[in-house]
Amino acid sequence: MSFDILTYAFMQRAIVSGIAISLMCSVIGLFLVLRKQSLFGDALAHAAFGGIAAGLYLGVYPLWTAFAVSVSSALALTKIKQKFQISSDATVAILLSSGLAMGVILISMAKGFTVDIFSFLFGSILLVSLQNTLLILGLCGTILVIVLLLYRRLVYTTFSEEQAKVSGIPVEKMNYLFVVIAAIAVVSSMQLVGILLTSSLIVVPNVTAILFSRGFKQTAILSMIFAVFSAVVGILSSYVLNVAPGGMIVLISIIIFGVSLGIKSLKTRNKFVRKTIASSKI
Amino acid sequence: MKLVEIENLTVSYEGVSALDKVTFSVEEKDFLGIIGPNGAGKTTLFSCMLGLITNYQGTIKFFGKDIRKSTQHLSKIGFVPQKPVFEKNFPATVEEIVGMGIMKGYDKDKVDESLQKVWLHELGKRRIGDLSGGQQQRVFIAKALINDPKVLILDEPVTGIDSQSMEFFYQILNDLNRKEGITIIWSSHDLDAVARLATKVACLNRTLSFHGISEEFFHNEDLLKMYSESSMQMHMHKHED
Repeated sequence: MSFDILTYAFMQRAIVSGIAISLMCSVIGLFLVLRKQSLFGDALAHAAFGGIAAGLYLGVYPLWTAFAVSVSSALALTKIKQKFQISSDATVAILLSSGLAMGVILISMAKGFTVDIFSFLFGSILLVSLQNTLLILGLCGTILVIVLLLYRRLVYTTFSEEQAKVSGIPVEKMNYLFVVIAAIAVVSSMQLVGILLTSSLIVVPNVTAILFSRGFKQTAILSMIFAVFSAVVGILSSYVLNVAPGGMIVLISIIIFGVSLGIKSLKTRNKFVRKTIASSKI
Repeated sequence: MKLVEIENLTVSYEGVSALDKVTFSVEEKDFLGIIGPNGAGKTTLFSCMLGLITNYQGTIKFFGKDIRKSTQHLSKIGFVPQKPVFEKNFPATVEEIVGMGIMKGYDKDKVDESLQKVWLHELGKRRIGDLSGGQQQRVFIAKALINDPKVLILDEPVTGIDSQSMEFFYQILNDLNRKEGITIIWSSHDLDAVARLATKVACLNRTLSFHGISEEFFHNEDLLKMYSESSMQMHMHKHED
């Protein structure tokens, strides 16, 4: 593979955006996975689909309507979940289907923007503009700073809402803030892998990192490494193989997960063998 | 000096009474054992004291201040829940869990000091899910001690723990109360342990049927009989339901 492709401006923008999005998604994803809300990202992406369709229908820049619909529906569902104590998986199902329904209705009414919507469904990172790259960088920076500032509170709330409350942490406010940054991260990531694959970007690097780490910080760092590696290798290899970058990024992260599972099971087996040998010597 | 004052505390869920006009106080350095059958309202009582339930009638004061008007008391309270529910694979080390409790910024020395108090300083780098149930509960005591609390509240902390770990756990509680002067409010089903450790006893079964010196309760056969009968009745009701 020649490094000449790195000299192309579109490739530089794609890689910079890819790194920023994968960092953002892995950080937010770790909290979502540990809160047992792995599919919340998927639901937010589907809500964003409704927002994109609305934007295209109304002639407004679709990314803005996607942000608006995702953030407002995430807030509304958090409120409903807290007030009526509806389970997380049920709220995810409601959010997912309502976003999709809204999108499908608007597409059927417009009959003209299916091509545009395809770029959001499957991602179009190689076509990302300089303006969008700067927007993604700004959002990534903001989200990482917020997470860093609230790191201990977010970890505590994720570990145990009840204990966090007893320690004086405003858990409900934290949850609202968290879903807002999660919605922003998800909508941004749609440009990288598309609506249909966003949840894998959030879940897979984190599940892989959890296999190896002991501590939270260690897991977060490892997950970011896996996510960035998948994004960069995925974008470059997709260009070389002339396939869709979104799919390639997810495929690379799945391969890393598969290899990690293999290493983990080998380690566990070796540990068991060593223990058995040690006990037989006694 | 009274650290906690509870007056006419009444809580009901959809018309069913969980606590009815409960009144008692806790003095500094008390080791109060709260006993009562399942469903007697012990966890509800703690939830009110910790601000997790706010729609109650009556007043709860910590350090002379009504907790509805101020949440400052939370910084002086350590809480150990019944059996903390968390994902077994939650990627957090023992040190990280203990450090979560610190109100102002992470302090490694404080974490080490807290772990030392529960004899877990050598396991600081281990993942919380890899520890036994007894060790995990000691981690939660270390977390509860991290802000140098005046009061430690424990809600049936030894549920599901083996007897050896239980004894070790009780030894730690005893030291914290006798040597460090921490006031302890502890709910338990283990009457033997309450008789050995607690200086005062509160007998709760939605209403407070006894509150006083431990010896007074355990040397009074009528009170013990009343407690056993109410526990048995509650047990039978549960089976009938």
